[in-house]
Amino acid sequence: MRHLVACLIACLVTVPATAAEVTSFSLENGLDVVVIEDHRAPVVVHMVWYKAGAADEPPGKSGIAHFLEHLLFKGTDDMAPGEFSSVVAKNGGSDNAFTSWDYTGYFQRVAADRLELMMRMEADRMRDLRLTPEDIGTERDVILEERNQRVENDPGALFGEQRNAAMNLNHPYGIPVIGWKHEAAALELEDALAFYRTYYAPNNAYLIVAGDVQPDEVRALAEKYYGPLAPTPGLGDRVRPSDPPHLAERRLIFEDPRVSEPYVVRTYRAPERDPGAQEQAAALVLLSDILGGNGATSVLGQKLQFEQQKAIYASAFYQGLSYDDTMFGLIIVPVPGVTLQEAEDALDKAIAEFIEEGVDPVQLDRIKMQMRASQIYEQDSVQRLARRYGAALTSGLTLEDIEAWPGILQAVTAEDIMAAAETVFDRKNSVTGWLQKPQSAEVTQ
Amino acid sequence: MSRLFLAVLATLALAFPARAAVEIQQVSSPGGINAWLVEEHSIPFVALEIRFRGGASLDLPGKRGAINLMTGLIEEGAGDLDARGFAAAQEALAADYDFDVYDDALSISARFLTENRDASVALLKSALVEPRFDADAIERVRGQVLSIIRSDSKDPDEIARATFDRMAYGDHPYATSLNGTEQSVSALTRDDIVAAHQGTLTRDHLYVGAVGDITAAELGALLDTLLAELPATGRPEPAEARLHFDGGITVVPYETPQSVALFGHAGIDRDDPDFFAAFVMNTVLGAGNFDSRLMTEVREKRGLTYGVYSYLASKDYADLVIGRVASANDRVAEAISVIKDEWARIAAEGVTEEELENAITYLTGAYPLRFDGNAQIAGIMVGMQMSDLPIDYIATRNDKVRAVTMDDVKRVAARLMDPEHLTFVVVGQPEGLETTN
Repeated sequence: MRHLVACLIACLVTVPATAAEVTSFSLENGLDVVVIEDHRAPVVVHMVWYKAGAADEPPGKSGIAHFLEHLLFKGTDDMAPGEFSSVVAKNGGSDNAFTSWDYTGYFQRVAADRLELMMRMEADRMRDLRLTPEDIGTERDVILEERNQRVENDPGALFGEQRNAAMNLNHPYGIPVIGWKHEAAALELEDALAFYRTYYAPNNAYLIVAGDVQPDEVRALAEKYYGPLAPTPGLGDRVRPSDPPHLAERRLIFEDPRVSEPYVVRTYRAPERDPGAQEQAAALVLLSDILGGNGATSVLGQKLQFEQQKAIYASAFYQGLSYDDTMFGLIIVPVPGVTLQEAEDALDKAIAEFIEEGVDPVQLDRIKMQMRASQIYEQDSVQRLARRYGAALTSGLTLEDIEAWPGILQAVTAEDIMAAAETVFDRKNSVTGWLQKPQSAEVTQ
Repeated sequence: MSRLFLAVLATLALAFPARAAVEIQQVSSPGGINAWLVEEHSIPFVALEIRFRGGASLDLPGKRGAINLMTGLIEEGAGDLDARGFAAAQEALAADYDFDVYDDALSISARFLTENRDASVALLKSALVEPRFDADAIERVRGQVLSIIRSDSKDPDEIARATFDRMAYGDHPYATSLNGTEQSVSALTRDDIVAAHQGTLTRDHLYVGAVGDITAAELGALLDTLLAELPATGRPEPAEARLHFDGGITVVPYETPQSVALFGHAGIDRDDPDFFAAFVMNTVLGAGNFDSRLMTEVREKRGLTYGVYSYLASKDYADLVIGRVASANDRVAEAISVIKDEWARIAAEGVTEEELENAITYLTGAYPLRFDGNAQIAGIMVGMQMSDLPIDYIATRNDKVRAVTMDDVKRVAARLMDPEHLTFVVVGQPEGLETTN
């Protein structure tokens, strides 16, 4: 099967002389392979994406998906601890990995003639990881320092964890990817191995190779190195615990003396991009751009920063790529002298006015023009393109969905956007958080 | 047609391994503005990188933060358009203009579609030569800058950086944040902002790189349209910084679970004959990848941190070696002790044959991977011009790395790495560490 992204782009804007060509095929053991060609430079990005992330962790083991990601750089039956990255570096490449709620990904960026070596090593650690108790102890300390750096030292990040937990009544999106500190500190070797044995398998992964490669060459190499790997039998559908209906809005106040700029965030539960049904998500993408895309032209920026001058910053955000239900968010950072209550009221008033006033068709046209242009600009970074494919596929979308997406965005009407707004802005489905300094400390200062 | 005279002074094909090549042309516009160009016609857009040397270091005494505030205002209204009109026009063209300012340069990174090229250039030109600096825009952006200054005062990384810079750079502009202080920024007037604009965005400070769907002739015309009306000369360059490193530890008490430490001392000039040897040595010691000595000793063996690194900060008016580590308050003392040991070890012993070989293979292999997009290549070309590197540098750079020998590294390590003067700033509640001296 050959998929041509080129056609879609050509239909929308100027015909590019070249465009990324996307090919896909599957191995007998269930590994799905996507090849994205870009022959402008002799470079290749080799990525393996596992359909397993923090939302797939067993209860009480938060952080194990991310911990395992670190442990994959320890040894295998064929390689010593640390050897993987050393070999990549010795070949002039860079490598790293990332974990989200829905996926765990590993990638190397190297000269195109080193692809075979990368495949050999990545295939080796898909099934043959060898971990020792010593690996576990030291790396757990590293994880805790990573949590210190990313979360414990940053009141905004701690605030985000609290809001997220309140947003999800039952769904595991409510746990942090890096894990709750008390659970991450207690993770053991067997926890990591159990997760690894189940989810790190060819029938639970996507291989994405992007750059100066030919699909036939990738197929031959993939069959040689990934082909012999055994799938995990009986791996069922990804079904996580789901939320009951949200019957009451949630509100929280997070106080920390390290807070400099207080702010208000409101998140609403929202649908994500679903396979074969991305229209509502597309309307929400446009809604978030209209409300918060650019401070000087967006609805919230114009009303709150320019006209009322109540906000240093006001915006909206939405992440449509998600396996299960996602969030639509609003944020306002008030100017000094405006309280968080006044800021929240101004935000609500601005949204209410928008619901009355509707979409400015000229603004909508500009946003769609930018989306068409981004199709051209994106061709300049095959790595970003590869990452977008990986995130979409592991969020449950198909290649057809990915290719249809730009067209679906262009087809969204003002009415679609207003209908999406009416549906999503339901306070019962929302969490409102205030981040502020301890109020007693404020008085004594 | 003689006015369209255009000099293509040099065209050099710089071959990389296998097939790719970066063909840099040196372009001189009819009006005498120079740029480096790589034609890349396969995608219909152009990435343009423009930098003005001096950047925020050209702030006048008592006016710290003026150039930063001015940079934030360039796109907040120009010509007939107010801030909102300018942003709407830019969106309609799907052009991106990114204005930023650093210690050594003010940068403009632009990209625009071929089909909208003329209109995109005209809009950018209006921002560069006739910014409005409207009173309401000044107050709005001033509010954003003050918010950033207040946030930085609560961020352990920024507190560490501000303390380190204040101690290291004496009375040089580098010693203070380019954002300015709440006091200095609050006092800035529109005249200060206009003066910052007139003194910074000038043709004598100018460097340009362009990559994408444009010919040399087209670029020549574009350069004159966009830049010829800028003032010819700007503020003089600042003096070289006088550095101070006493080799001590300064603890800045701050209630947070993880201490952040910056460390460093004097470094090496980009033009020094031993620069490449130092570059290779630092790759072994602490540059970025998981294989470095600092990552191996502090993270992999002891689990004391998520990340530790060192780098050669060879700036226009000061050369330093700088590093960073972050560890829990009860472990940071051990991390610092390990770093000091590694500093002393490399100063005394240099590196092993295997480490040298691995570092050279890594650096030479990684270099071509940097050229992975139009904007990246435009940025690299401007950096080369500002460092006064020859146009054929890309083709010779890996040879310079490969030429580094064991003796070179040993010599430069002994000269550069100075455990006696390695100075630490630690922000947090570190156990077992106190301010020395």
